[in-house]
This record gives sequence, C-alpha cells and structure tokens, in this order.
Amino acid sequence: MSDPSMLDRARRHWLATGLGVGLGIVWRPALALSDELSGALRGFTGGAATREGKVNFDIAPLVENGNTVPITITVDNPMTADNHVQAIAVFNEKNPQREVVSCKLTPRMGRAVVSTRIRLATTQQLVAVAKLSDGSYWTHTVDVVVTLAACIE
Amino acid sequence: MRARGTALVLAAWLLGMASAIAQPAPDGKRSGFDTMSPRIQAMQRDDQQNPGMLWVADGEVLWNKIFGITFSCAHCHGDAKKTMRGVAAHYPDWDPVEKKPVDLTQRINLCRTRHQLVLPLPPESEEMLGLEAYVAYQSRGMPLAPSAAKELDAPRERGRQQYEQRIGQLNLSCALCHDKLPGHVLAGATIPQGHVNGYPTYRLEWQGMGSLQRRLRNCLSGVRAEPPPFNSTEMIELELYLAARSAGLPLETPAVRP
Amino acid sequence: MARTLIHAPTAARKGEVVEIRTLIAHPMETGYRAGADGRTLARDIIRRFSCRYNGEVVFSADLYPAISANPYLAFNVVADASGSLTFTWEGDNGFAQTESASITVS
Repeated sequence: MSDPSMLDRARRHWLATGLGVGLGIVWRPALALSDELSGALRGFTGGAATREGKVNFDIAPLVENGNTVPITITVDNPMTADNHVQAIAVFNEKNPQREVVSCKLTPRMGRAVVSTRIRLATTQQLVAVAKLSDGSYWTHTVDVVVTLAACIE
Repeated sequence: MRARGTALVLAAWLLGMASAIAQPAPDGKRSGFDTMSPRIQAMQRDDQQNPGMLWVADGEVLWNKIFGITFSCAHCHGDAKKTMRGVAAHYPDWDPVEKKPVDLTQRINLCRTRHQLVLPLPPESEEMLGLEAYVAYQSRGMPLAPSAAKELDAPRERGRQQYEQRIGQLNLSCALCHDKLPGHVLAGATIPQGHVNGYPTYRLEWQGMGSLQRRLRNCLSGVRAEPPPFNSTEMIELELYLAARSAGLPLETPAVRP
Repeated sequence: MARTLIHAPTAARKGEVVEIRTLIAHPMETGYRAGADGRTLARDIIRRFSCRYNGEVVFSADLYPAISANPYLAFNVVADASGSLTFTWEGDNGFAQTESASITVS
C-alpha cells in the first residue's frame, strides 16, 4: 500500500496505541502514598494500620476534563449486621484541600457501592479508604492524568 | 502477579479505547459524542445521570408557566412532546416578520414579546437555557434538517465565509482545525469535527448548561479574536452555516461534552 | 428550591437491593476561585446529603468543594418495607432541601 494518507493514519494509530500502552504501564502497579495523602489518611484512621485490597476505586486513568470526573467506589463486603462497611472516604493529593467526600454506610444498603463526580485540579494521586465494622481499614490508591479543555472561556 | 495484573489492566484499557471509537456516517460526519471516553458517553446516554436533564426538567416547568398576565407556551402549543417534535431540527430558520434568520432562542423570545406580551429572556439565562433545552429535547434522535427557505441562502453563505476566514491573534479559521485536523490532539483534547447537534449542551468545563453561541465565543477567545455580541448578525449567520454543515446527524440535546 | 432529579424504584420485592440515583442543581462554588474583580468568590457548597428510609438514616455523605457542580450521588438500599425514602441536602448559606419518594415492597 503506497497511499501516503493511509500510512499516515496507520502510523498515528500505532503511535497513539503505543502511548496508551506506555502510559498504562506507568499507572497501575501498587503505589506508595505521597506525604500529603498519608497525612489525610492518618486523620481518617486515627493512625490505625491500613491495607490495600477489598476496595475498588473506579476512575478513568486519563480524564478529559478535571471539572467533572465520574468515580465509583466499590467494597467487596456482604453488608450484613455483623460484617459491613461503616464508612468510605476519598482523599486527593493536589487539590486545594485533601478531602473529597466522606460517606457513612449501614447494612440497610445491601451493597457498598457509591458513585459521584469529583473535581481534580491536576494530575495527581487519589486514595479511597473503607472502614469495616471489625475496625479494619482498607485502601485503593490510583494515579490520574488530568488534561484540560483546549479552548477555555 | 503484578505483571499479570498490569497486563489485564492494559488489555481493558485498550479494549475501552477501541469500543469508544464508533463508525462515522456514510458522508464521514462524526458527532463529538464519538470522541468522548466511555464514561462520559454513559453520562450523556443515561437520562438518570445526564446533568442536562436538570435543565430539561426546568424547561418543562417554564413551558407550563403563565408569564406576566397572559398565558403559558402550553396554552398555544399544547403538549410539547407532540407539537415541538422536529422543530429544533430545522433551526436557525427564516422569520418573515423580522426578515432575517433567527435561532431557537430568538424564536422563543419572539413568541414571548409578540404573543405572550412579556419581556424577552436574556441570553444564557437559566430560564432561556431551560426552555431551549426542553424544546430541543423533543427532537432528540431526529436528524438535523436545515430549513430550505431560499432567503437563508445568502446569510448561510456569509456564515460559511466566516467559518473559513482566518481570525484572531492566532490567525486560525474554524475550517483549519475542524475540517482539516479533526482527530488530532490539541493540548490533551481530541479535536472534534465541531458539529452542533447537541445544543444546549452540558459542558464539563462550564459545569453547567450553555448554548451554541457560548461555545462559539469560547472558540473565538481561544484564537484570541474578539467574540461578536450575543445574537449579532454574524453569530446567527455562523450558526446557520454550522447547522447546515451538521445536517443529517441526530440531535443529542441535552448533550454532555468535556 | 433547587431542581432535583431522583431515580428510585416505586416498587420492589422484599430483600431486593435497589439503586438510587440523585442529581441536584447547585453550583458548588469552591471558595478557591477568583471572580472577575480578582477577589475570591465565597464558598457556597452543599455540605451534607442524607437518605432516610422510613425515618432511619441508611446512607449519608459529607461533601467537600472537590465534588463537582450539580452533585450526583448514586448508592444502594435494601427494599425491606413499604414506605418513604427521604433525601436531604444541607449546605452553606442556610441551604436546605428535602425530597421524598415512596416505595412499595411486596
């Protein structure tokens, strides 16, 4: 195929895919928390130990607009009277303040899933933490790349 | 263990990217919807999540509200679901009394001043956006079908010339980015073809609803040109051309855009 | 009174986990933005949301400026008895709004 525009398109496609693959590799391994996030987390847990797991922080790794970012926090838990999630909180690293949202849950919810939309000032790390009825704390940390709209008012 | 997890996430990410790319229309027109991520597409598609529906709900209340001492839109137009179906799809249209093209917001204000005998709603006011969203929502899914009135030919042509004219300190024309470079990336955002099939639109950047004129003013500021005033002749003529350019694409109001 | 959109099922089987989606029109002014005159615009946000099922709080959330304008909150509730779901939003400048929905559980 010697059609130049087709080659161009193919090259662009593979560049974009390669970039996506490259960025994907950077994002997902287990992350160490930055100091800001560690401090915010300590405020929520009162210094108690936290473990990664049980919590799934669903957020796009690459965000089109930081003003409205859909998120869903899911905790793998039966939500019974003896074993349920009591609270979920989300903290950020680089917004003007650390807190994003803090929820109180009860067994009458049946499932520990909460969705909302948040603002992200810039590319940063976020952590979702869940407190279970047995007093344990579980976290999931994510890195999000935030791009801004090109033509702002 | 970590490598397997990473590979799984990579696969999901690539699959997600692939599914977001829809097929273009036979004439190559692609709605801005196609260039959005699946999560934002879901925000638009689901009426229970679409923030623009807050304005549509407002518009329904205003449709039935008696303004001033006269009557509501419903008094003459009845059930908007029936009477307004297809209306937004052919705007801007020619107004024979004013003898000029008018867009949907101007049409709503003409009804207010001529028939309801009340003051016009200011441009970009929450009430105007609500009414416009409600009326346009009744045509959702219908293809944009510009009016065939002959009087619109000359204004539409002037609109096309504006679209292709280089302007502003950055010396760019609409055509340069939206005709020649859609699909490329500008400052992290994919350049869309620039179609107007979703207005008024809930733009994430505004965290609110806005009209096509507001969006055009953003573009004009973006190239460092002076935006013409709301409802100026240039604005309406540009809207007229853009509607013809997007002909055939389904109306998506209330659309969600980044 | 701010516009709200609430999606909660009107009927459910006993024990069924149902999804509730809420949207409320509110600018959620962060308190960090500067206005056109350069002065910081005062914070004006919804600070608290709660859902009561037949009078008892089943879910509540403290919201901060990082929550986007026109806050959207979706969560689940076990349909255990017929009655009413009450949603309350409270915030700065005395903002307070309550909406209700009924649910029939069979």
